[in-house]
Amino acid sequence: MTVSDPKHDVPEGARYKEQITTDPSKPAQRMRAGSMTMTLAPWLIAILVLVFLPAVFTNNSALTIMNQMSITIVFALAYNMLLGQGGMLSFGHAVYAGVGGFACMHIMNMSDFFESIPLVILPIFGGLFGMGLAMIVGSFSTRSAGTVFAMISLGVGELIAACSVIIVAFFGGEEGISGDRTYAQPFFGVEFLQQIEVYYLTIAWLVISAVLMYLWSRTPVGRMANAVRDNPERAEFLGYSSRWVRYYSFIASGFFCGIAGGLFAINYEILTEENLNTTSSGVILLVTFLGGVGFFFGPIIGAIAFTLLQTVLSLSTELWAFYAGVLFVATVMFFPGGLAGLIMMHVPAFKLGKSSGLVMPYLKTLLPGAIGVLGLAALVEMTFHFRHAATGDDEMTLFWTTFNSHDVLPWVIAIAITVIGLGIAKVTAPSLKEAWNEANTAGGAS
Amino acid sequence: MQGFGQGLAFKKIASKRRAVLGRIKMKNITKLGAVSALSLVLGASAAFAENIKIAFIDPLSGPFASTGTNGLHQFEFAADYMVNAKGGLLGGDQMEIVAFDNKISPKESLIQLQVAIDQGIRYIAQGNSSGVANALTEAVDKHNKRNPDSRVLFLNYAAVDPALTNEKCNFWHFRFDANADIKMDALTDVIAQDEGIKKVYLIGQDYSFGKAVAAAANKMLGEKRPDIEIVGDELHPIGKVKDFTPYARKIVSSGADAVITGNWGADMLGLGKSVIENGFTGPIYTYYAAGSGITGAFGESGKGRIRLISQGGINPIATDEARATYEAFEAKYPEGNIDQSRIFNVIGMLAEAITEAGTATDVVAVASKLEGMEYDSMWGGKIFMRPQDHQAIQDMHVGVHTNEGLDFDYDNSGFGVLTESTVEMASMDSPTTCEMKRP
Amino acid sequence: MDLILVNLIDGLVTGLLLFMLSAGLTLIFSMMGVLNFAHASFYMLGAYFAYQISLALGFWMGLLIAPIVVGVLGAGVERYGLRRVHQYGHVPELIFTFGLALLIEEMVQFIWGKNQMAYSVPEVLNFTAFAISGNSIPAYKIFMIFISVAIFIGLLYILTKTRVGMIIQAALSYPRTVEALGHNVPLIFMGVFGVGTALAGLAGVIAGPVLGTFPGMAFVLGSIVFVTIVIGGLGSLWGALVASLLIGWITTFAKSYNIEMEDVLNAIGISTPENLSDSVFRDFWSLTSPQIADILPYILMVLILIFRPAGLFGKRQS
Repeated sequence: MTVSDPKHDVPEGARYKEQITTDPSKPAQRMRAGSMTMTLAPWLIAILVLVFLPAVFTNNSALTIMNQMSITIVFALAYNMLLGQGGMLSFGHAVYAGVGGFACMHIMNMSDFFESIPLVILPIFGGLFGMGLAMIVGSFSTRSAGTVFAMISLGVGELIAACSVIIVAFFGGEEGISGDRTYAQPFFGVEFLQQIEVYYLTIAWLVISAVLMYLWSRTPVGRMANAVRDNPERAEFLGYSSRWVRYYSFIASGFFCGIAGGLFAINYEILTEENLNTTSSGVILLVTFLGGVGFFFGPIIGAIAFTLLQTVLSLSTELWAFYAGVLFVATVMFFPGGLAGLIMMHVPAFKLGKSSGLVMPYLKTLLPGAIGVLGLAALVEMTFHFRHAATGDDEMTLFWTTFNSHDVLPWVIAIAITVIGLGIAKVTAPSLKEAWNEANTAGGAS
Repeated sequence: MQGFGQGLAFKKIASKRRAVLGRIKMKNITKLGAVSALSLVLGASAAFAENIKIAFIDPLSGPFASTGTNGLHQFEFAADYMVNAKGGLLGGDQMEIVAFDNKISPKESLIQLQVAIDQGIRYIAQGNSSGVANALTEAVDKHNKRNPDSRVLFLNYAAVDPALTNEKCNFWHFRFDANADIKMDALTDVIAQDEGIKKVYLIGQDYSFGKAVAAAANKMLGEKRPDIEIVGDELHPIGKVKDFTPYARKIVSSGADAVITGNWGADMLGLGKSVIENGFTGPIYTYYAAGSGITGAFGESGKGRIRLISQGGINPIATDEARATYEAFEAKYPEGNIDQSRIFNVIGMLAEAITEAGTATDVVAVASKLEGMEYDSMWGGKIFMRPQDHQAIQDMHVGVHTNEGLDFDYDNSGFGVLTESTVEMASMDSPTTCEMKRP
Repeated sequence: MDLILVNLIDGLVTGLLLFMLSAGLTLIFSMMGVLNFAHASFYMLGAYFAYQISLALGFWMGLLIAPIVVGVLGAGVERYGLRRVHQYGHVPELIFTFGLALLIEEMVQFIWGKNQMAYSVPEVLNFTAFAISGNSIPAYKIFMIFISVAIFIGLLYILTKTRVGMIIQAALSYPRTVEALGHNVPLIFMGVFGVGTALAGLAGVIAGPVLGTFPGMAFVLGSIVFVTIVIGGLGSLWGALVASLLIGWITTFAKSYNIEMEDVLNAIGISTPENLSDSVFRDFWSLTSPQIADILPYILMVLILIFRPAGLFGKRQS
């Protein structure tokens, strides 16, 4: 995502320096990146990539996973309308997506009505129901921000999740509600029998929602949400009711969550209790944060990374959740701006035209570092195999090599790789830091 | 940022895609790199096409991981021991179990199902949670309808919601465990013979399966022993109860002579322990109070108290073949149990059907051979796959939790389940509402 | 009538157990503003450590050592993890504890496997203390009550009568002023975090044998601890105690008596619709109190937050 704003292009070294650190405890600074106007280019590139991706990945599972990513992206963007832009921490946001999805499922099962509408407009109904629920809950939960809001959202989330097994008429109990998307009115002859058709439907909605949410963040209400997040008192002095601003953000977020729920209904043709429960609510918080709450495109990266982690890494190792946990803790500790913050850190260097100076130091540090980390992962896998594999089942395959986990040699190799990799990274780190400082210093005089 | 998720695969493909990557901006690199890694992982096993692969889609992480992992071990062992060690099928094809972690989530299961189908897998095995089974059976039905050239079979080895072989039945779904109604039928046969039982307390988890158990118990006890009074019929939230003491108090003060519960996992252990601890002295009839650490955790306190309805009794062991199998399993998995012996029936019956059909790829032919199959199980008795609803009919055993007279214990605890009574070919003629549509 | 007494005792046990968890959390929360999602994970660690120690040295050594180990671990987490994240703000801190909870659960599975552990009540306490009309009260429960009450009195004494307690109380309200007076506030934070997690660990040690020791035990406990401290009012030890007991008794009584929604609605003058089984609200009408027992605390919390955001005993809002 290219960010360029002629107004900010004046060389102000000190200012850029502030931005490099992306300090999230100072949200005002953080949001600056988002407040720069964006050119159309990144959008067009993203759309082109989305349209032509199926040409590269033709199998259905890749499409299914990409659909899942798209849904998570819409959901995470909607969540970030609250967390990143409005500074409201919600612990029960899955319910808005879930309720929207359940509503869509019920519409799918109303055969007469469903046959009269094309499937492509179904997510709108999800959005409306998500918005409706947000209007009800928001009416009392947005009165204050901070802990009170967070705790009310937790309570309401738990309540509705608990209702999912109690109110069987609407939520269908533990087995959920299922339907068949193909009964809708054909849309220009397309019946959505195949994954590829659903993929294009999903990305169409992904693009529409992302554009709308981006535009929302440019509207006065969207801007006021930032203001209220940073300093509600001051916003009040300006004559805005911070409560109403929060309420509007909440409703808009509910709408797009509902859209995500509707897309889920179309993709999976089933909604269950898991769409509502606190685990889903927690996951979306993690996804958004992993991507970075300070930037509009942060949740997109987070959603992609997390979906891959959950779906693809779990095919390779039982310990995927362990790695996910390590990743989250590491992200929070070292890159609180999230993955997006990590990327945006490089913008000043790019602007100063010094980014090329970073390539070699990066290679020197990160490559050995990555190898070291992989070595560490190998050690973890080997320990796990050693402890938990069946007796006599000593063979294990790791990184396309098969070996005996009870031999000494593989351990020696793995430890050596880890120590050497991390060792080199440690040794070269100071020079990377130097190069980094150099690359971010305008003309050497900041 | 590539380091964790896709770094493993990234290195290999990086060279191939470098030319493309060079021109695309940062964010898109993430996306492209990610998806390339994806295609690599997904397509990874296409090379071993000659294996007959069964996708095992069950929780391997999270709170239900222990049941899932134990099931996987039994599947892997059964395939190796019963098929591969004997030369494979169809002139040497090996059977391979491919594990997919569904995290007990219906959504994840559907994604993994798609991945499995794309890898050319034609057999899906799943068992934990009727909710997941419901989602899978519908997805399989839709998939087979929409994609006639990559049809798959769904081998359900443990999800016992009666609906799956009644109103929700389809041609692709086969259930190898007895459903909740059949189990209750057998259980109530045994309870009906016990004249000492006058009052029964029903308690279960608040979801489809728990409700099915309660409904069946009410109906069947009413038919078989109208004099038995049902003093309590209770559902509690599933997986959320921390302390079962209040429920135990109600059971004790209701004066019940026996408790019937369909609870499983931590809910079973919590309920059982609490009921025993708080002064209940009668028998507790259960569906799932064995293995996966539960037997070990009950230990002495459950002795002679906990009764279990299941297929395929382990004590006394039925055949020498079964004994040899169990011993081989224990040698391989010293901490494991064969607590789902039907898994061996799944493999055995599938192998027989594939051999008879002469193909493993035409699942319609295999399914037609599975329907109506009569199979001699090494765990004793016959198994009949009823063609009208694809429900396996088999002997049901009611066993007691004890440490005496055992051939094999569970959880290395010295305790196990000893068969007390057997109902042969339970519910052979039970009605079904299934209207099987054959392709 | 007898059952009421029995339920009072049971609710007391549940409530006091909850108190041991919430006491530490409420101090941590109000002092550092951290919603420590990993608090229940320390409870789990307590149970697992105690199990491991009890295999070698017996239950009593487990009771003694495990909470100390957990407390040291907790202090380490504060020193090397949270303190680093603290500078970034509250949300990152929360995500940190979130990730930590995930990580601890995975670690526990890695080390001990996924099965239930056979951690059981020590032989000395494995008898029925007394019975009230057929309902036996195990001696272990009496022991649990005894331990929790001792902890409460100890905490109350330290917080109100000792110098350390005074500093902690001051740091709760005016951390900067306390720092300006020359006290080492980071050290206090670390100490409070360590003691708080040690208390959670202790709760795990004594709850493990009765509630089960398994990798999901932290998850089952879930967010109820937050609910407790929010209801009680942040930073208030008395609030935590009252809220814990309230929750313990409410859930116990709701589970023990089958109050049906139909009866309640009829009693307040709403009559049952005639064709109930077709009604959209049929599930609502057939609700029973045990079904909703575990979500009652959440309803209570939402209501309290709407009408009294500071909680029952709280002095400030957040």
